[in-house]
Amino acid sequence: MTDILNVRGVTKSFPGFILDNISFYLPKGYIMGLVGPNGAGKTTTIQLILNILRADSGKIELFGLDNKEYEVRIKQDIGVVFDTSFFADGWKVKDVEKALSPFYDNWNKKHFADLIDRFELPRNKKIEKFSRGMQMKLMLSCALAHDAKLLILDEPTSGLDAVARDQLSEILQDYIKDGERSVLFSTHITSDLQRIADYITFINRGKLFYTGSLDGLVEKYSLIKGKPTELDDCLKDQMLGFRVTNVGFEGLAETSTITKTQSLILEPASLDDIILFASKKGANQ
Amino acid sequence: MHIIIANGSDSPIYQQIKEQVKEQILSGDLLEGEMLPSLRQLARDLKISVLTTTRAYNELEEEGFIVSQPGKGFYVLGSSSELFKEQLIRTVESSLIDAIKAAKHASLSEEELKQILDLLLEVDGYD
Repeated sequence: MTDILNVRGVTKSFPGFILDNISFYLPKGYIMGLVGPNGAGKTTTIQLILNILRADSGKIELFGLDNKEYEVRIKQDIGVVFDTSFFADGWKVKDVEKALSPFYDNWNKKHFADLIDRFELPRNKKIEKFSRGMQMKLMLSCALAHDAKLLILDEPTSGLDAVARDQLSEILQDYIKDGERSVLFSTHITSDLQRIADYITFINRGKLFYTGSLDGLVEKYSLIKGKPTELDDCLKDQMLGFRVTNVGFEGLAETSTITKTQSLILEPASLDDIILFASKKGANQ
Repeated sequence: MHIIIANGSDSPIYQQIKEQVKEQILSGDLLEGEMLPSLRQLARDLKISVLTTTRAYNELEEEGFIVSQPGKGFYVLGSSSELFKEQLIRTVESSLIDAIKAAKHASLSEEELKQILDLLLEVDGYD
């Protein structure tokens, strides 16, 4: 079976930043979260996938096709949602449809109208007056109206309130329900992801830290807590990152490397814990 | 079928699903041949990932509680299935092992332990 998205050994260097040898793949029918702290390389990765940026080396395939060679064909099947609206301010919903629909062979007028109704987007209001959540839903409607096989969302949840984030999760889960479509979304807010993401690709400082199932990542690491006196050099070495206070310490380590002593507390780590401590480790080096 | 996910729970979500499906099969709330919600429907309803529901169902299948029919879905296996019986025997064994360990801590003799078991078997109300 071909993967919806396959990124192989992609490198891109800028002055002061290198996205270094990134590889991951996303099978059909699943949601992948692209995570990492700000400036980790998430947006660069998305721009490379969309061929907005050219990689120095490596290969990216969408639906089994090279993303540069078959760019036009591939883009028919991709829907993109960015963190800021890409529509002209004075436009209304019908202007957006007029501008976008000619580019897509599969644009479905009825589906678009249904989505606008479902999301309760006002047709008479200018888009500049739309809230963040409404703008996101409009971009999403455009992506869904041309029957995209892959949705790529760059920080779609930033600036959304809890209600809108919850709606987004629901929309994405509905979208992949038939098992034929996939979603890649980048975010630094992980509470949304913790539950609905099947796969996680974690990029830290331009390097791939992890790619695989979310369960696999969360099971691989544990939180360790203990008294300051228990924090010896050996333990410090084992930990990916840690935080010491007067009353105790808290850190993250691979579950398999830790020998449990009586007073150390081992707890399951959340995605947030992992990102937090793994990013700290990078900063210490 | 009903599933309630506790966010504060220590056990992972797939484990919670497994336990609850098992309970409902053992209690007869889920009957032999009954179709379970599809992996993707369940994921959507619980707002969890498809891989999580897949893991729960796959493990339930390995343990003999449900069976997948490719292209159709997952069905409850009857309590008459061999795998199901094996699973129950394993539960009995592990509970008895716990009992034996506890008996050793309490320095009970083999004879005393068997007496306790016999006594408990005579008492009604364990079915």
